[in-house]
Amino acid sequence: MKIRFPLALAAVFLAFLGSVFVLQAFERPPPVSVQQGFRGTGMVGVTNPRRDAGLVARNQVPAAPEAAGTDGDRASSIYDNLQVFGDLSVEQFGRIMQAMTEWVSPAEGCNGCHVEGDFASDDNYRKRVARRMVQMVRHINADWANHVQQTGVTCYTCHRGNLVPQQVWATAPEHGARGMAASANGQNLAAPAVGLTSLPYDPFSRFLAQDGNIRVQTTRALAPGGVHPIQDAESVYGLMIHISEALGVNCTFCHNSRAFSSWTESHPPRLTAWHGIRMVRDVNVNYIEPLREILPASRRGPMGDALQANCATCHQGVNRPLLGAPMLRDYPELRPAAAR
Amino acid sequence: MAMLSFERKYRVRGGTLLGGDLFDFWVGPFYVGFFGVLTVFFGVLGTALILYSTAIDGVWNPWKISVAPPDLAYGLGLAPLKQGGFWQAITVCALGAFVSWALRQAEIARKLGMGLHIPFAFGMAVFAYFTLVVIRPVLMGAWGHGFPYGIWTHLDWVSNVGYQYLHFHYNPAHMIAVTFFFTTTLALSMHASVVLAAINPARGEPVKTTEHENTFFRDAIGYSIGTLGIHRLGLFIALSAGFWSAVCIVISGPFWTRGWPEWWGWWLNLPIWAH
Repeated sequence: MKIRFPLALAAVFLAFLGSVFVLQAFERPPPVSVQQGFRGTGMVGVTNPRRDAGLVARNQVPAAPEAAGTDGDRASSIYDNLQVFGDLSVEQFGRIMQAMTEWVSPAEGCNGCHVEGDFASDDNYRKRVARRMVQMVRHINADWANHVQQTGVTCYTCHRGNLVPQQVWATAPEHGARGMAASANGQNLAAPAVGLTSLPYDPFSRFLAQDGNIRVQTTRALAPGGVHPIQDAESVYGLMIHISEALGVNCTFCHNSRAFSSWTESHPPRLTAWHGIRMVRDVNVNYIEPLREILPASRRGPMGDALQANCATCHQGVNRPLLGAPMLRDYPELRPAAAR
Repeated sequence: MAMLSFERKYRVRGGTLLGGDLFDFWVGPFYVGFFGVLTVFFGVLGTALILYSTAIDGVWNPWKISVAPPDLAYGLGLAPLKQGGFWQAITVCALGAFVSWALRQAEIARKLGMGLHIPFAFGMAVFAYFTLVVIRPVLMGAWGHGFPYGIWTHLDWVSNVGYQYLHFHYNPAHMIAVTFFFTTTLALSMHASVVLAAINPARGEPVKTTEHENTFFRDAIGYSIGTLGIHRLGLFIALSAGFWSAVCIVISGPFWTRGWPEWWGWWLNLPIWAH
């Protein structure tokens, strides 16, 4: 009899700890669900509006300044060394410079990129980076409409008030596992890049900076001929988890998992994503990574490459960046000349 | 009709849960009872509805016959017959038949003076089904979250619902359920092999007894749970597998909406790590 009371007390205490854990570790119903395929297929998006409370606030677009006139002198006739904005009107040029300052360098202002007192100078590497990034933005808006549609992108889509966008990646070094885990194959780290899974933690070098083959699923039973090792599938899985996390969606947003590779059974956003993967490769290979030559070490990754883009750089947790706000419409300066 | 010599001992009146003697009858060797009648009613009606539904679909390949739940847009309301109403009616029939069958098992157990282990065990499977098609859809807010009744389509549904949470193997309750399933097969194979070995000795040797079985496991793994114990353990681990299966699906959606790997952030965030 004497032992009963302490045991009961211990049980109550453990039950209390258990309840606290369950309440802390889980969410509560009801979730919000969106059907993405025929009824009963299980192609459903599931989100928790309470958990995503800050999402709308984080993805608001800053108010656009009044539109600038396109008449009058060209900016290049007034200012020196204008390589990308020379064909804008002076008014437009002033407007986009001001907007870019707010988007990218709100704390340091003009001197974030420009040499104080000599706006034409290219001595500050950030100005040269910014010039290349403007070319990149125009290239995306002109040539990648099958990913960005007419919504387009601006500097703010990625930067959100930061000199360097908050969600970027660089080639990850092989982590220093020892003992039995020494041959870790670049995986088993619970890495945030792959949603805390043990999947290969750097899917980006292979698929977003190189032309890595994503289609590793065999198309015939028993895989006659070219067989891909399971590590290939795991790398692809890691990339796909990154895409899901970056867009705040699950696998069924694009795929019917009964046949991941089948286009006819996929949800239409898969096509947008397909173009998006190629777009990110294009901007990483042709615009961002070559900047490593002029970037200081503090702006490069541990392996010396530039901090590059992935899906999260623009999307930041929502499937349409900035909740689909057509921000580019208010900034014709960021369209290529022909489309302005 | 003819009865086996010992059958008269078991074919006893009473023990019914409902209706007294009214349905207390046998058909051949089979006890029927009120819940046997209900089982047949729901079973026949449900099967007829499946046939009706698939006749409308014009699908007669058994692998491809499927009755899909309603669109999510119908929420927890009734859907037109051809847009998921069939699924709703068949679900009612299925639950009616399964629950009636469990209650019939309870009646038989009462007649025989047994414990209620069998209806309880079958009830766990019914509970898992009830969780899938009632509890979770209600928590998610739509009958459309139920699974389709088809040999292939229900597998496709399982696959997609798993991928709604990016990587289902990281679901903690799924881990527990899978472990119980594997443990069940391990225990069953160990139990079956020792029994078969004991009762099938080499030619010329006598059949071995319980003490041999106990001694074998005491030698091999240092412990023998015993002849009664193995069946209690077997019941516990088998029912636990079913119970945690129900838990692992009911927490997916209602109590967690992100990828399951992310759930383990609580572990990574414990203040016990060097960085």
